[in-house]
Amino acid sequence: MFVAVIALGVLAGASGLLLGFAAVRFRVEGDPIVEKIDAILPQTQCGQCGFAGCRPYAEAIAAGEADINQCPPGGEGGIAALAELLGRDPKPLNPENGAEKPKMVAVIDEQNCIGCTLCIQACPVDAILGAAKHMHTVIARECTGCELCLAPCPVDCIQMVPVAQTIATWKWTYPVVDAKTGSPAEASVA
Amino acid sequence: MSGLFSFHGGLKTVRHKTESNREAIRASVLPQRLTVPLRQHIGAIAKPLVQAGDRVLKGQMIGQPDGYISAAVHAPTSGVVKAVDQRPVPHPSGLPDWCVTIDSDGEERWIAREPVDYRRLHPSALRNLLRNAGVVGLGGAAFPSAVKLNLSGHCERLETLILNGAECEPWITCDDRIMRERAAEIVAGLHVMVHLLEPREVLIGIEDDKPEAIAAMTAACAGTGYAVRAVPTRYPSGSVKQLVRLLTGKETPVDSLPVDVGVQCFNVATAYTVHRAVECGEPVISRIVTIAGHVNQPRNIESLLGAPFAGLVAQCGGYRDGVERLIMGGPMMGFALHSDEVPVTKATNCVLAAGAAELAPEQPVMPCIRCGACVEVCPADLLPQQLYWHARAKEFDKAQDYHLFSCIECGCCSYVCPSRIPLVQYYRYAKNEIWAQEKEKQKAELARQRHQARQERLEREKQEREAKLRQKAPPRAEPNAEKPSIETAVARAKAAPAPSLATAAGTGQQTD
Ligand code: SF4
Ligand code: SF4
Ligand code: SF4
Ligand code: SF4
Repeated sequence: MFVAVIALGVLAGASGLLLGFAAVRFRVEGDPIVEKIDAILPQTQCGQCGFAGCRPYAEAIAAGEADINQCPPGGEGGIAALAELLGRDPKPLNPENGAEKPKMVAVIDEQNCIGCTLCIQACPVDAILGAAKHMHTVIARECTGCELCLAPCPVDCIQMVPVAQTIATWKWTYPVVDAKTGSPAEASVA
Repeated sequence: MSGLFSFHGGLKTVRHKTESNREAIRASVLPQRLTVPLRQHIGAIAKPLVQAGDRVLKGQMIGQPDGYISAAVHAPTSGVVKAVDQRPVPHPSGLPDWCVTIDSDGEERWIAREPVDYRRLHPSALRNLLRNAGVVGLGGAAFPSAVKLNLSGHCERLETLILNGAECEPWITCDDRIMRERAAEIVAGLHVMVHLLEPREVLIGIEDDKPEAIAAMTAACAGTGYAVRAVPTRYPSGSVKQLVRLLTGKETPVDSLPVDVGVQCFNVATAYTVHRAVECGEPVISRIVTIAGHVNQPRNIESLLGAPFAGLVAQCGGYRDGVERLIMGGPMMGFALHSDEVPVTKATNCVLAAGAAELAPEQPVMPCIRCGACVEVCPADLLPQQLYWHARAKEFDKAQDYHLFSCIECGCCSYVCPSRIPLVQYYRYAKNEIWAQEKEKQKAELARQRHQARQERLEREKQEREAKLRQKAPPRAEPNAEKPSIETAVARAKAAPAPSLATAAGTGQQTD
């Protein structure tokens, strides 16, 4: 009983310390401009900007060490938002960092997966589930489409597929007004 | 007693009511196959309760409400479930959605129908009954009624309960017919709503071009204290905020609901289904649909949900020549369909086979000349040309500054615009973009949190590994000067055997 109490106390102390440590080590610097930049970045965590994630890129922009046109997933819209925030002129995406693509999610071909767990280690947002020697699967809802799991897979059984449009995600498009007939698709009644 | 007020703008439209409102509602013939969408309402899609091969009875729940804002879905007839999969549904996108397909056995065998005495039921149990009966607004929006029958969080006491029988869309007559033919049942349903909401007054608003409906409802309301009010025929008087304004003079503020100013509003057909659900034990498995326009005999049909539009058109003598477009809902607020094989849902108030005469002649879109005609007619008191300007330029923040989300998409502005600009399309586009951006933001925030959690976990694991290594290797004589003591303390804390650790950690932890 006595031992148990001590052991628990000790455990509590130890985890308290660990938490405290983590808080120090990972304290968000509270630099408001970094926060604001990070809030604009798409959080795909793909590393195409040349940094180990969106936040390091945000920090680099804030420190003047990186340009604002290095994030392909953010695309034109993202660059425009950064330009506005920082009071700069928008510029086209730097092709060295990649191109803007439609949103994709990773899908594992579960027949061929050998359960090596390498993709789990690569996924920046823990969106892959699985255990050693067992089939793995991607939680589509949480996949950011970063593609980081593709390269490590030894049997090439991960594919990127476009996010299927459903009724819930469908949007009205920008009106196309035919210059000649000028006929809007809308049903208006005379 | 409140008199009649008016709302700004609106239109006198050309009426086509008499084409379909002269004949009594007809029951539809039983189709051989029904395709029942699991999403017929605003809110979360219902969870399927059946699978292919199951036998179902008429009225059996086949889709369960999922979450607070959701509604149940039921088998419209008895038969065998053929499939639970994605099928074409009436939606402007033309995309498929989840449906339960039932092959009818032709026997129409019902579940056990149990009427209840609502006066003895606890309000929350009564609301639950309506939710499980699939009762949603039948005016077209299909919002789950049980949610609207709960005032909590909105107002202390309901001033006015409004029953909406205005039916202002120029072609639709299903509410007109149901009021003429089933006024007593509508009022019976209204009693249930009154029991739940306890309003100070009950008003029934009907456009004055429906004298028969007004007479029938007035007769059915005799002795109840509910007041029937004829409102001027002016589109869009049937739109909720406009009707509230007409009947009570109350202005519903931007970004609020009428219930926030003490008014709640339901469609007349919804009241009818409330009565059927409570006092007959019948869930919502059918609705009345106006088939209008270029068909041989335009009329109202009580159709089972899930029945294909094509079958209804056939019951109206088929299409006449020159149909250019099939529209669900009225011409003002409705949308074009991609096919007539889609099923009737709770939101299907009208199927309009529009010919060239019903559609505006196609004319070139010209630039906005800032004539202000759109401002004149906007019933929501907006500045449509400003909204258009900003939506077109994709300046969504500015569009919102001009209250984009107060636009009810009534189409009055597009209707009068001399430059024939498809204004409403721009507003729909802008609203959808804003919602999509909002969703993206939420997704990004989730990814950020998950990434951060992962970083922390990796760091923790690294610390633990190092601690283990250190435990195996003989401890170095001197703690590293660069390493802050807290880190080594943590390492030791993890590594050392329990009793000696507390002292080692040296943080004043209880050791005795
Ligand atoms: S490129 Fe990838 S990691 Fe870099 S900011 Fe954009 S989304 Fe984030
Ligand atoms: S990397 Fe490929 S084989 Fe390995 S667990 Fe992931 S999907 Fe399976
Ligand atoms: S009615 Fe048309 S042309 Fe006139 S101000 Fe409005 S948008 Fe411009
Ligand atoms: S569609 Fe919107 S902007 Fe146009 S008149 Fe109706 S409420 Fe006003």
